Amino acid sequence: MINIISKRYWFFLISALIIVPGIISLAVKQLNYNTDFKPGTSVTISFQPQVDENALRTAMTAAGYPDATIQLASTGTSSGNYFISLPEITIAQETTLISDLKTSLNSTPTASDFTTTSAAVASQTVRYAIIAVIVAAICIMIYISFAFRKMPRPFRWGVCAIIALLHDLLVVIGIFSILGWTLNVQVGALFITAVLTVAGYSVHDTIVVFDRIRENMLKGNLKDFEKTVDFSINETFVRSLNTSLTVIFVLFALFLIGGVTIHYFVLALLIGVITGTYSSICNASALLVVWENNEWRRFISWIPGVSKNKKQEVKTV
Amino acid sequence: MNRRENYLLLLVIILLVLALCIVFPVNNGILGHKDFKEGIDIKGGTYLLYQADLSQKPASETDAQAMSAVQSKIERRVNSAGTTEPIVQLQGSDRILVQLPGITDSSEAIQSIGAVGLLEFKEEQLDSSGNVVNDSSGNPVWIPATAAGTDGTQKELTGAYLLPNSYVETDSLGKPQVAFEFNSEGAKLMEEITTVLYNNGVNNRPLGIFLDSQFISSPRVDAVITNKGVIQGVTLSFARDMVNDLNSGSLDVPLTIIQQTDVNATLGADSLHKSLLAGLIGIACVAFFMIAYYRLPGLVATVALGIYAGIILAIFKLFNITLTLPGIAGFVISTGMAVDANVLIFERMKEELKRGLTMKMAVAEGFHRAWPSIWISNVSTLITCVILYWFGNTFGAFMVKGFAITLALGVIVSLFSSVTVTRTFLTQLVNNGMMKGLTLYGGKHD
Repeated sequence: MINIISKRYWFFLISALIIVPGIISLAVKQLNYNTDFKPGTSVTISFQPQVDENALRTAMTAAGYPDATIQLASTGTSSGNYFISLPEITIAQETTLISDLKTSLNSTPTASDFTTTSAAVASQTVRYAIIAVIVAAICIMIYISFAFRKMPRPFRWGVCAIIALLHDLLVVIGIFSILGWTLNVQVGALFITAVLTVAGYSVHDTIVVFDRIRENMLKGNLKDFEKTVDFSINETFVRSLNTSLTVIFVLFALFLIGGVTIHYFVLALLIGVITGTYSSICNASALLVVWENNEWRRFISWIPGVSKNKKQEVKTV
Repeated sequence: MNRRENYLLLLVIILLVLALCIVFPVNNGILGHKDFKEGIDIKGGTYLLYQADLSQKPASETDAQAMSAVQSKIERRVNSAGTTEPIVQLQGSDRILVQLPGITDSSEAIQSIGAVGLLEFKEEQLDSSGNVVNDSSGNPVWIPATAAGTDGTQKELTGAYLLPNSYVETDSLGKPQVAFEFNSEGAKLMEEITTVLYNNGVNNRPLGIFLDSQFISSPRVDAVITNKGVIQGVTLSFARDMVNDLNSGSLDVPLTIIQQTDVNATLGADSLHKSLLAGLIGIACVAFFMIAYYRLPGLVATVALGIYAGIILAIFKLFNITLTLPGIAGFVISTGMAVDANVLIFERMKEELKRGLTMKMAVAEGFHRAWPSIWISNVSTLITCVILYWFGNTFGAFMVKGFAITLALGVIVSLFSSVTVTRTFLTQLVNNGMMKGLTLYGGKHD
């Protein structure tokens, strides 16, 4: 038997170590939005024969786009694919750009996947994406509280499941924020899709553990809540891993050899499923125990402003 | 109980045969469509998202009426342009999404959609001394002809005042011309404008006629015109198209493109093949894992997974659901999730066997006890699917919508396949005494 509950603060620490860098990155660098969320134009251009990245950069500046982001599409089939982000331009301007590049680089460019987004739609999409994630979290919380309505304090189950869920979303969003400025990975509508899917899937494993805790509580064999939780986690450990493994198999295959379009979409899902399994086993039920034991008070007493409580606690001890 | 299981088995087999008939049509597509419908991210094409300026809609219409009028006009136009399976959808309250599969020259498409049959009447711009202003190439500069309407405000004379009864006729020389008729407001404007241009026959000036900003003709005004007129100088086919456009009317509200994507077909096809291959490999891994870990029940789960895939593909075809790359990813991921329920059930069965239950009872208990977890977790995924669909629908993010639909379908069908189908098969196996040894089950003897 693995004692997960007794080591709960170690697991909280591990989670914090993963999440905190992500939050810092989010605060400093935000997310690297693509043209779904950011006004501008993106276009993929392939050159025949291939051209050097620096030569292309010079040519883009000469064509009047010194601010263009140029990226070699590494996952593409042919090595001459460049992914270029520009301020918002029209299709006519794009045609001019292509002919400019053709003359200046002496190579035939072919443009594909031209996407342009205006400022109005971009800001609105971001706002609604955030709303979508929040609404999803609230709905799931209410639903889980409802599903565990026969337990004492059903709301706790919903809240703990949602904290684990938000943990998973923070891990995914944080990692993509870091990927944004390190590898220039951009996020768009598909990323939101991945985040919401993680939200839906993240609670799967949590529910399996919760359901077992409920069953063991109803049986009443173990008087101690902490022991009941620990026992339940151990009982469901294998299935938590196996259910995730099956999903990880297909995601991993899609990640390694699937289409370019969904490469980072699948990566986001993969990270989400893995952290979802971790948080279900190590965090969600542990939070139930923390709440049951009222360990919150210890945290509150650590906050300098409420030192009064601490003194009282010392006295009673 | 036994009889019920037999009926269920029969139902499963019928469903499977039906699904296979749809997926592999032998009857030339009588059941459902012949091919899967591919989204523009796979097939290539143009995706345009328009923002309508509802502040400029005709006062007599509600927002919804104006939008649906615009939608049907765009639909008529893209359909007549011969695009295969174009999609014209309203997004939210003031946006229109146009998807044109297979259209790679978006500039032409934009032109034909953006300005549908906007007829304008213009006059030459005059400088302060009354001379015609010419542009750099020596052509006169045209400005919209305006006059005071019945309410006293200055209005531009456009096709908005036409009655929808324009027709093609031939003039005395047998040349085609377009006859049109104004409503009373238009007639008043036309009368005022032509009165000015006619100028009692002294230095009478031309009236420029433009369709979708394209110059058609500029007849010199020889008389004051009121409600009826003709447009000359057009070819027969042009005249026919023009009548079509005039009668379907100009767009009720101005549109601007807020998002545009041109997708190259080769990239899409490449991604499709790779994703399908990846999906197959992933599913094969799942099948291998399930059989290796759970033995006979694992094999049953794999068969159920096959039935699941068959039913899902049949639904895609039957309801002509557009396949997008994320949609295919959603389908592949849902196969991974479909066996989740089986893992839960089989693990529970193992537990029950360890407690000393008979195989038959263990199977029944396994399904019974695992059900609450399966149900609660799948409902939470369905909740997110609904929100994803709403999000995708509001923003015209067709890839998000595609994913939401396939994932939701996957969840619902997988509940059937991994619970009902697996239970039916397993019960049959147990009843026929084919699951006696625990080893068949992957159960340990501890």
